[in-house]
Amino acid sequence: MVSGPGSMSGTSSSEARDAPRIGLFVTCLVDFFRPSVGFAAVRLLEQAGCAVEVPAAQTCCGQPAYNSGDRADSKAIARDVIAAFEGFDYVVAPSGSCAGMLSHHYPELFADEPEWERRARDLARRSFELVAFLVDVRGMQAVADAAYAGRVTYHDGCSGLRELKVKRQPRALLSSVAGLELTELPGAEVCCGFGGTFCVKYPEISNRMVEEKAADIVGTGADTLLAGDLGCLLNMAGKLKRQGAPVRVRHVAEVLAGMTDTPAIGDTPEP
Amino acid sequence: MQPTSHAFVENAHRALNDAQLHAALGHMKAGFQDKRAATIARMPEFEDLRDQGRAIKNHTLAHLDAYLERFEAKVTETGGRVHWAPTPAEARDAILKICQAAGARTVTKGKSMIAEEIALNEHLAANGIEPIETDLGEYIIQLRGELPSHIIAPAIHLVKEQVAESFYAHHTELDPKRPLDDARALTDEARAMLRQRFLAADVGITGANFLIAETGSTVIVTNEGNGDLTQNLPRIHIVIASIEKVVPTLEDSATILRLLARSATGQEYSAYTTFSTGPKRPGDLDGPDEFHVVILDNGRSALLGTPAQETLRCIRCGACMNHCPIYASVGGHAYGWVIPGPIGAAINPGLIGLEEAGHLPNASTFCGRCESVCPMRIPLPSIMRHWRERQHERKLSPGTVRAGLGLWAWAARRPRLYRFGTRLAAALLGRLGRRRGRLKRLPLAGGWTDWRDLPAPEGRTFQQHWAARRSGAGR
Amino acid sequence: MSAGRERILGGIRKGLGRGKLEGEALAAVEARLSAPARNLIPRRTALPTAELVDLFEKMATDVAATLRRVAGPDDVPDAVAEFLAGLNLPSEIKAAPDPRLDDIPWSKRPTLAVSHGAAADSDLTAVTAATAAIAETGTLMLASSAAAPTRLNFLPDNHIVVLRAGQVTGTYEDGWDLVRAAGALPRTVNFVTGPSRTGDIEQKIQLGAHGPRRLHIILVEDGGETGSS
Repeated sequence: MVSGPGSMSGTSSSEARDAPRIGLFVTCLVDFFRPSVGFAAVRLLEQAGCAVEVPAAQTCCGQPAYNSGDRADSKAIARDVIAAFEGFDYVVAPSGSCAGMLSHHYPELFADEPEWERRARDLARRSFELVAFLVDVRGMQAVADAAYAGRVTYHDGCSGLRELKVKRQPRALLSSVAGLELTELPGAEVCCGFGGTFCVKYPEISNRMVEEKAADIVGTGADTLLAGDLGCLLNMAGKLKRQGAPVRVRHVAEVLAGMTDTPAIGDTPEP
Repeated sequence: MQPTSHAFVENAHRALNDAQLHAALGHMKAGFQDKRAATIARMPEFEDLRDQGRAIKNHTLAHLDAYLERFEAKVTETGGRVHWAPTPAEARDAILKICQAAGARTVTKGKSMIAEEIALNEHLAANGIEPIETDLGEYIIQLRGELPSHIIAPAIHLVKEQVAESFYAHHTELDPKRPLDDARALTDEARAMLRQRFLAADVGITGANFLIAETGSTVIVTNEGNGDLTQNLPRIHIVIASIEKVVPTLEDSATILRLLARSATGQEYSAYTTFSTGPKRPGDLDGPDEFHVVILDNGRSALLGTPAQETLRCIRCGACMNHCPIYASVGGHAYGWVIPGPIGAAINPGLIGLEEAGHLPNASTFCGRCESVCPMRIPLPSIMRHWRERQHERKLSPGTVRAGLGLWAWAARRPRLYRFGTRLAAALLGRLGRRRGRLKRLPLAGGWTDWRDLPAPEGRTFQQHWAARRSGAGR
Repeated sequence: MSAGRERILGGIRKGLGRGKLEGEALAAVEARLSAPARNLIPRRTALPTAELVDLFEKMATDVAATLRRVAGPDDVPDAVAEFLAGLNLPSEIKAAPDPRLDDIPWSKRPTLAVSHGAAADSDLTAVTAATAAIAETGTLMLASSAAAPTRLNFLPDNHIVVLRAGQVTGTYEDGWDLVRAAGALPRTVNFVTGPSRTGDIEQKIQLGAHGPRRLHIILVEDGGETGSS
């Protein structure tokens, strides 16, 4: 099911010397729900000439605490993340939301602690969302060899879009995937209603939002929905599946890496 | 007005089950969002104007006392009078006294959110003075005994059939069989009905979009022209405005006016922007004999020096609510106080207290669309987070939520334990959802599974796979 | 001074963490107020005069004002009469008692009933002069005076504004410069952009909510050249 170690192309030793060292910030949702997104990220980063490492000391970026007003716990978690990822050339996350937390909110958290603020800013400077990193930092213009036969639509996750300006990069790479036809999603920039703890604190409102989103998705006629954040994807997939909509839902990295042999998010495995 | 923000969840539940409300709110994309986008696309300097608007207001707020003093001096110099009202009660009393001294029986009103904030209509009516709302939307909701649900489109929650129903019920002197089936007929009827009220009113009360310190002018921006008829026809013009409406100069107002209509309705400029300076002058053939400005604080000065100070840059354009997916889902009434939407979530806790308004800054996904369209670049999500932090500090958030998050945070700081726990949970949920790939029900997760399926975890965590890969590579 | 005043100003100073403004900070405020400076001016109006007039026409008519160009003041009575006839309106106007309209030979159209003064409820059509016109957004600037009562701009169903091409300027700031140069700020300055409108019912735009249903601009071209109409 999941691409194992054997499927990873190794980098030659000479390339490895020049290759930037990437600390992959897996994100708690990918770690728990969908490791295949993490392996897709590893493959894409390696295709972009990077050496990828995954610090074991990582857990979560701390957003649940941060967005719940718990500054003390947020800072404690942030300190751990900062320490775990010190020394990497770049820190890359397959999530606009978590990358935004590292690059935009950590420095703000430590505004009153100069030494930690310095370290937070240093991490922020090195932190990127996966697809933006591939395109903007590594200059990737096309995927290596991915193909995907299908009509795809794309939802812009809010943090990636508005905090990190991730918009053109996934579209640029998707346009290079053989066989893939992209149909723009009306209201692609409107929140799907996930919002972390919001979706369980105000489930009825969240439900209305994801219902509207699902209707827009189905309205495109696309057979596949992609996005760059697993939180949004779980929410949208959960609603589409509950409605019985025939839309496959995947993280954009899976398609870009050509790793779509696993069941789509929330889909029943092939017997 | 008496807030119902504490009942946000119940208010939202009612709103979500109101089909007419849903239909009415469905007009917002074409009515507001698309028009705004098109107008801004025609103004290449828009982002620079936003920076300047922010700078003007920041400068003004940092020197707010001095600009208000200068404003007062100029109003006095031009023959008007300023009344300072720290509280709503003092503002209501000041206005009532002016009306009573004039022997006023009817008062026409231009749209003013500050008048709503101080519950002026109720106070006037209780004292035998009839207040008449003249903005079409305000007039409609006054007939219906409702509150505005939007700061620039007060009746946005209604469909035309509901408006017709109210007109049939209240305009009993007209032919009950007259057709009222479109917005044109409804607008014409309101125009005719209100014309006599304009002419008969003793006092006209308007809000202000700006107060100009340089000249002592008050500024209103309208499309209907009702504000101008309100302030020009009666003998007395009263302006009610809050302290943060002041800007230094006419030029500063010109800059912010370039942002206002474009952000609000997507117009290049509103139909009427009117600068009023003092009462009528010697020889003038019309205009009010008296010009009063009531300046309200009501908790705003206490926001200065706090993160919520930035909300005082707001120019009440409504762009944040026009683009807010929460507002689009529940409408303005659910917020339970005068200012709905993201700006309400950011400012109301400061004005009516965090105990009352605590839900509002929480009912946000932090999607950031409000901030991205705010002409004054108010960091609305950050200010909502600021209120969440105050709630957490004061233990106003539910104890169970705090305990759950505390436990999670404790585990998140212990990677080995965390890995162990997630491995077990992923294996368990993965097994439960293995057949279908998703879960329809999950104990304690009703907030999710009552509404949507939960995609099942693949079964092993990424960290498990990665550790296996590394040990494999090491062999 | 009132107690309320001191409480508000005191609250502001407390929030800002300082006392009464003094020294350099106060001087900066005084300087800003005594010599108002322009902020960013959009490039849209960086145009030669003739094109500025065209821009004004485009922007004003985009928001449902109508505009007719005439060669000189002598042509205004016909333009007014034809506007009214075209709409089947009575040939009656209430004109501002404004010296800026004195060069219009109303007697050229004896059937046009002209009275002067402030607007009454019974007046269907007002004719006023403009102070300036702002090309940026097709906006008329109308300043009040004893000769220019404000009610004419709002009460009648139809508002006709006589504008001289030389009055068309680029921006609101240009308009304020003109007003400041003329002396004390007028009691009322109206910026009027198209006729009255509302979108309060289902966001469908309707003209003529409370103010004029129609705004007609008669643009008198300077220099006597033939204007298109």
